[in-house]
Amino acid sequence: MDWTYIQGILMLAGINLIAVLGLCLLTGFTGLFSFGHAGFMAIGAYIGALMTVPAGVQAGSIGGLGLPFVVGIVAGGAAAGVVSWFLGRITLNLKGDYFCIATLGFGEATRLLLNNVQTFGGARGWPGVPQYSTVWAVLVVDVLGVFFLANLVKSRHGRNMIAVREEELAAQIAGVDVFRYKMIALVVSAVYAGVAGVLFGHYMSFIQPKMFSMTKSTELTIIVIFGGLGSISGSVLGALVLTALPELLRAFSIWRLVFYGAAVILIMISRPQGLMGGMELTPSGLRKARAARAAKARLKADALREAGGGDAAGGKA
Amino acid sequence: MSANVLEIRHLTKRFGGLAAVNDVSFAVREGGIMGLIGPNGAGKTTIFNLVTGVYKVSEGEVEFQGKRIENLDPYKIADLGVTRTFQNIRLFKSLSVFDNILTACHLSAHYTIPEAILRLPRFRREEKALNEKASALLEIMGLTDRKDVQANNLPYGLQRRLEIVRALALDPKLLLLDEPAAGMNPDETEQLMRLIGEIRERFKLSVLVIEHHMDLVMGICEDIVVLNFGQKLAEGKPDAVSADPKVMEAYLGSSGGNAKC
Repeated sequence: MDWTYIQGILMLAGINLIAVLGLCLLTGFTGLFSFGHAGFMAIGAYIGALMTVPAGVQAGSIGGLGLPFVVGIVAGGAAAGVVSWFLGRITLNLKGDYFCIATLGFGEATRLLLNNVQTFGGARGWPGVPQYSTVWAVLVVDVLGVFFLANLVKSRHGRNMIAVREEELAAQIAGVDVFRYKMIALVVSAVYAGVAGVLFGHYMSFIQPKMFSMTKSTELTIIVIFGGLGSISGSVLGALVLTALPELLRAFSIWRLVFYGAAVILIMISRPQGLMGGMELTPSGLRKARAARAAKARLKADALREAGGGDAAGGKA
Repeated sequence: MSANVLEIRHLTKRFGGLAAVNDVSFAVREGGIMGLIGPNGAGKTTIFNLVTGVYKVSEGEVEFQGKRIENLDPYKIADLGVTRTFQNIRLFKSLSVFDNILTACHLSAHYTIPEAILRLPRFRREEKALNEKASALLEIMGLTDRKDVQANNLPYGLQRRLEIVRALALDPKLLLLDEPAAGMNPDETEQLMRLIGEIRERFKLSVLVIEHHMDLVMGICEDIVVLNFGQKLAEGKPDAVSADPKVMEAYLGSSGGNAKC
């Protein structure tokens, strides 16, 4: 295996990670499932390309604005965010499963729209997107993405989102504007997905609607669940493992996706709470997990002592 | 007027053809503890849901500290200073005791999302204050040694207590308790009674409590409202209410209201 190959896998994992981080906030922390985030990636990819592709039409390509990569990233993320805001306005009042189906519809509608509108090349795709995504660019965006998300989750705003996930009615009674926090989670996740789309387009140097199908959306959601709902470190690990896994399974050629599916099922059966199960791989996260374990043990000991002190046989009330 | 923290006037809630609450009026005195009693299905919890904005009011008015609050969103009502506990406990189950309280303290902080993700000074300052507030509340309410326990691992009585503490974290002016003693033994009920009295003194708030344990109601409530079939049956001091023949009839079920129990 040569370095370019490994580098390629790492970059794909890093790009997936950005979309997964956003979804981690929406699904893992706020409790809303989405099967349409590939749609936001598509919006990011196309708007990003529109910004950076050089002006003037070369053979087989479509002219863009020829602006720097950073502009493309910002514009792609922002466009996805704006679209998600409109989507949220009309769908966030839906309960659980219905919201999930609405996002699925959105994702597919976006793909089909890009397929049939010829402005950006339709189903043939859009070649000639500059290859701006480097390992360093992806790494910088990843680090920023994790940093911002970790800070958000550990703030009162993040805790309000977790409260919405845990018990919506209680959150409302505790003064949490549930609709607003769902909206924030959706928009932030869409911005992350949009940025991931821009990086993806500028890595492949060619974009096509079918890259952003429901399979992609599902893959992202699987990674979040696999990593453990409500854990950023879980999402990072999940993105690395599940992006690399199909490559490791290349030996099985056409059977590799079957093995991929089987591997995911096996892991989920043996560890249903996901790799990290809501825990964080940081000093404070580990301290918290240890404290929780100790507290639980103490609680058990107390209960046993109480039961022992009373009636020995039928102590359990 | 100013002596009442909550005034309910001609409150009606209809679900289709059924009037769950029908033309009920009463007021909670500033600093008072009022009991709301009645047989099952009398509309007690519905009144709580109407006051806290969970249900929309069909007719009538709810006035909190001179401000009309009917049909406001629940979170706005909470923001104004009305909060409650639930008949079936609704904690943030997979969070620790401390995080349950910390989450509910959020109204005491004002930093924005950009300030949070960039860890600006106001974020750090207010976050520290929130943590201190949560710790102080746990200390006062005797939950400090349980602060790392996941909420749904707590014993039942402590879960009820935690829900009350979470409500207190909002600095409410009016606390609505929906059957706080449900499922408690006489010992725990006794403790709870003392706790409710203490809370009122310490946090300077008014309490409206739904309860079936008559010793608790008679022990701590200064005024009692009795509901039956969505209508107000009686109102007054505990002694007067318990001697009221209409109330006895409703509870003993001679009118068929509580026959199933």
